[in-house]
Amino acid sequence: MRRARTIAVAATLGGAALAVYPVARSIARDSDVQDFAQIERGRKLATLADCFACHTQKDGGKPFAGGRPIETPFGNVIAPNITPDRETGIGNWSDEDFDNAVRHGTDEEGERLYPAMPYIYYTKMSRDDVKAIRAYLATVPAVHNEVHANQLPFPFSIRWSMNAWDWLFFKAGEFKPDKTKSPEWNRGAFLVTGPGHCGACHTPKNFLGGDETDQALQGYAIQGWFAPNITGDKTRGVGAMSVPDIVALLKTGHNAVTGVAGPMAEQVADSSSHFSDADLKAIATYLQSVPAGDAKSLTPVAQDDPQMKVGQAIYRDSCSACHGIDGNGVPSLFPSLVKAPQVRAPDPTSNIRVVLRGARSAATDAEPTAPAMPSYSWQLKDDQIAAVLTYIRNSWGGPAAAVSADDVRKQRKDLADRDD
Amino acid sequence: MATKLPKKDVVIVGLGWTGSILAHELTDEGLDVIAIERGPWRDAATEYPPNYAQDELRYRIRHELFLRPDQTTFTFRNKMDQTALPIRSWGAFMPPNGVGGGGVHWNAETWRFLPTDFMLRTHLTERYGAGFLPQDMTIQDWGVTYDDLEPHYDQFEYLCGTCGTAGNLKGQIQQGGNPFEGPRSRPYPNPAQKQGFGHTLWAKAAAELGYKPFPQPSGNMSRPYVNPLGVRQGPCTYCGYCEWFGCGNYSKASPQTTVLPVLVRKSNFSFRDNSEVTRIETDRSGKRATGVTFVDTSGNEWEQPADLVILSAYTMFNVQLLLLSKIGEPYDPVANKGVIGRNFTHQTMSSVNGFFDKTKFNFNPFIASGAIGMCIDEFNGDNFDHGPLGFVGGGYLGQVQTNGRPIETSPVPKGTAKWGAEWKKNVADYYLSNLKGGSIHASMYSYRDVYLDLDPTYTDRFGRPLMRMTIDFHENELKAAQYLTDKYAEIVKAMGAKIVEKEPRKGPYDITKYQTTHLNGGAIMGADPKTSALNRYLQNWDVPNLFVMGASAFPQNAGYNPTGTVGALAFWAAKAIREQYLKKPGPLVDA
Amino acid sequence: MAISRRQLLATAAYFAAGTVAARARVISGGLPWHPDAGTPPKPVRPGPWQYFTADEARAIEALADRIIPPDPKTPGGKDSGCAVYLDRQLAGPYGRAEGDYDKGPFMPGLPNQGRQSKNGPAQQYRDWLAALDTYCLAHHGNKHFAELSDADKDAVLHALDDGKAKLEGADGKKFVEQAVKDIQMGFFADPIYGGNRDMAGWKLIGFPGTRYNYLDWIDRHNERFPLPPVSLEGRAEWTTKAG
Repeated sequence: MRRARTIAVAATLGGAALAVYPVARSIARDSDVQDFAQIERGRKLATLADCFACHTQKDGGKPFAGGRPIETPFGNVIAPNITPDRETGIGNWSDEDFDNAVRHGTDEEGERLYPAMPYIYYTKMSRDDVKAIRAYLATVPAVHNEVHANQLPFPFSIRWSMNAWDWLFFKAGEFKPDKTKSPEWNRGAFLVTGPGHCGACHTPKNFLGGDETDQALQGYAIQGWFAPNITGDKTRGVGAMSVPDIVALLKTGHNAVTGVAGPMAEQVADSSSHFSDADLKAIATYLQSVPAGDAKSLTPVAQDDPQMKVGQAIYRDSCSACHGIDGNGVPSLFPSLVKAPQVRAPDPTSNIRVVLRGARSAATDAEPTAPAMPSYSWQLKDDQIAAVLTYIRNSWGGPAAAVSADDVRKQRKDLADRDD
Repeated sequence: MATKLPKKDVVIVGLGWTGSILAHELTDEGLDVIAIERGPWRDAATEYPPNYAQDELRYRIRHELFLRPDQTTFTFRNKMDQTALPIRSWGAFMPPNGVGGGGVHWNAETWRFLPTDFMLRTHLTERYGAGFLPQDMTIQDWGVTYDDLEPHYDQFEYLCGTCGTAGNLKGQIQQGGNPFEGPRSRPYPNPAQKQGFGHTLWAKAAAELGYKPFPQPSGNMSRPYVNPLGVRQGPCTYCGYCEWFGCGNYSKASPQTTVLPVLVRKSNFSFRDNSEVTRIETDRSGKRATGVTFVDTSGNEWEQPADLVILSAYTMFNVQLLLLSKIGEPYDPVANKGVIGRNFTHQTMSSVNGFFDKTKFNFNPFIASGAIGMCIDEFNGDNFDHGPLGFVGGGYLGQVQTNGRPIETSPVPKGTAKWGAEWKKNVADYYLSNLKGGSIHASMYSYRDVYLDLDPTYTDRFGRPLMRMTIDFHENELKAAQYLTDKYAEIVKAMGAKIVEKEPRKGPYDITKYQTTHLNGGAIMGADPKTSALNRYLQNWDVPNLFVMGASAFPQNAGYNPTGTVGALAFWAAKAIREQYLKKPGPLVDA
Repeated sequence: MAISRRQLLATAAYFAAGTVAARARVISGGLPWHPDAGTPPKPVRPGPWQYFTADEARAIEALADRIIPPDPKTPGGKDSGCAVYLDRQLAGPYGRAEGDYDKGPFMPGLPNQGRQSKNGPAQQYRDWLAALDTYCLAHHGNKHFAELSDADKDAVLHALDDGKAKLEGADGKKFVEQAVKDIQMGFFADPIYGGNRDMAGWKLIGFPGTRYNYLDWIDRHNERFPLPPVSLEGRAEWTTKAG
């Protein structure tokens, strides 16, 4: 049982001491609070859309009660309380208000939301979808928690500027299936570009924070990580993984060649580990069809390059303890540095981060081990980390850009300000 | 005045192997369980990662993962007419501390006891006559048989991923395994570990002398493994930093690598670290446990009420808590009455070192694991005729060299210089060609005058009496040690050693000389409440809602490492609790 | 006394009562983790003596070079940093016998009952070195230990070890035993602790150090392991050679 989800699950299973009783409220709504089927559909959609992740404070926050800071390139936005509390939550909102927020990006007073709320993706859901989510959210425990959402510095604090942003980057509209593709592909496309909002982390953004839509899902640096390329690219994306392997990764957090950590570990635990197998297969099918970007052709760094020789020594002496003498790792335990695509991401942020900081990988019921990478920040200097990463990135299945001591130094400094 | 906490169904004292197993079993039963652990949380990536775990000074010499005597210690004397003095720093054994307990830093040697070990008094009396046993030897039958425990040995081995070669499958002796072992229902979950040069050569010499060598059963993984709970381990990389150390790459069986990842995810399980249980509380009748009192690091006292108390704090602390909580009659060796503290035992360890020609032998001792090794069992238990020998008991002989860590394992031959230029030359000449892992792992049987009680003088940091150990070797064990050592030396000689140094255990029992942390007894199981503290299900005879796990239940020690049997007993007791006790709480065996 | 079977239990209220005041964590839900967790070792850095006085340090350095004499191929105890190692150890928790049980009464015991004195290793060395000094001044022409010839130093140590010579107010045999143990320990401990400089001790015997993966070597019997030793702080090859 997932600790934090106990209450939500209990509500739908109707079993526990703390079962929550849906209360009929006298607010303008056309969703039927007694419609269990709708509530159940809404719960599934809320899981697909992972409302929980942003709207619940980490480490013991009450579900959906808001208060979690969402990092944007412009500062932090605080996710609001979306429990049915009438004073501090959305208990007073109509269904129309809720739909406007989720699919159109405006709050109940008509003010624009920041795209930290991924309405540019949620727009792909239908009105009924969103109504169902609303119906579900109306049944979660109401929590009195005042949240002041807007904490961006001037001039980003001016919501009115969002009008221009939306005009540039927001294309409203429900998902339209591609009749030339299979139902499975279309389901995957809907999930990925709609409620799954994968692009929110995995699509590169321009300087205004809008998606570079022609580079969809090719990776983006966010929250101190590099959310990797998840297109069908065979070396840097998921193109070389089998569909069952992609499914396993999303369902359990681990597969034969790699595992997820950081924000994606959270996503798996809260969201994709609960998707149906059919949905996961659809997502995998779709992702493998997403076009790979134009790869800059790189010359691999030569094995006798001084940086590579240092890297080789460090690798053999240290990293091989878990990742193996030949870099092959151990399935579902230690990522294969030969095959894991994020190892050769053009942006080495995640690689540097896990070496400096360490990381705990995802834990799910199917894969509870949650092996963790230790921290090397005390032992390896910037140029040493750069060397070993350059070696790893250019020795197997490469090439990838070398990592510089400067890259590491910058990230060491950035991480010092982070507590995650 | 202790602050009372909300009641739980089960409180578990100590979150080591048995605490983790009981917590797992009882949470699966739907009970609300809390474990209280005296020491800190421990985990590979955060406490013993493979970039600083391999530090011999810190972990082998300064014992960083172990209990500090100033937190708790014991007093020691050999004989009843001596004054016991405090063990101010550890020597003969080293108690664990922290989540995972000894399971974090053991070397993972995972044995089963022999069928005859469980019926020891009956068997030896039948074979040799009652007069053959020393008068003051207090060995007993356990109240369970090997057959009772076999499915639970299997359970523990599959939990751990134990690596070995079966010697007896359902009665059929198997080539390459231990021909003396009790029958097992199925093979080990993983094949045996690979062996080094020294271990292999020793086995060859042993085979040529007519013995049947087999690989030591190892909890260091020979390949990646996922256990029945879904928890994964990686392959052991023979790093040579095993016992005394935490495993940095998830390849040694421990509660952390087999149970805890699943346990912590259960909503009906939680645990407290850095909290020391000071007393098991009982009601006015003294026949029902009501929970435990514990102290946090600020010295605040808390009471954790529970309907069922599982004491799984390691041998010595189990016995100490029973004595301090006034549960069960303390043992009086003079009157030969009472049960708490009786039948206390340790192990009788001897060794043989071999020094070889460095131009012909290169053993690379640093390439090893904690439970690597080749062993013979011809001289264990009652596997051989003791009649002409005048002693009982025995042990396995194993070439089990686990390391080449230079502070510990850089020997020079006896009689040569211990320092200076000659030493410098010898230590270099012999480092790669010495065989120091010669282990004679013999039993210690129980005696009337070897026991535990409370010290009259020395107190702990709470002002409570320390527990007192009265322990010495008896003639029986020393005779066995000499005999086994001689046998071992023959094998090393046959290997071609230039110098063979025999180190049979000699008395008196010395608190400064390490010989395993296999302390046993003091709260033993048995069929008779007059001579045991627990019934065959590890249920306390006096307090039916108290079960006491661990090697404190062993009426005497056998010639093997205890953990396999400790794990099996834990599963056995858990089954009894789930299938019998919970349905009808109360004594499971009529007194 | 039936135990009621419990269903899923949200234990938030319990945690509120427990965690804030108890100051020992209640852990549930997942394996604990936080960034940069753990306690990596603190490297010993060259610098002034932290425990020994200048005179004591001179004596220990001289001792180190007799226990592990320098020769043309390999450094001795002094150049390997063994005296620095011991100085830092005695200045730290080991020297203070931190963690040992130090409640009284302190009574002399049998040898097999272990140390019963109040003094930790640091004070013990102070006493020993003072007694050694007194002895040398009295028996060797008013010279300190470090001023004696190598042959005389060895003679003093052997005499104390054999019991033929005695220190005043201190156990000379125990002193030699412990000093040998500690100096050799410094010679073989990880260089991060100040001794075994440049892994001299490990190179002498052929110990590869902190390596952790020998899967490609477990089957290679009776072959010399070729890779150089590595310590917690790495080895020379972990740095790009200039030019």
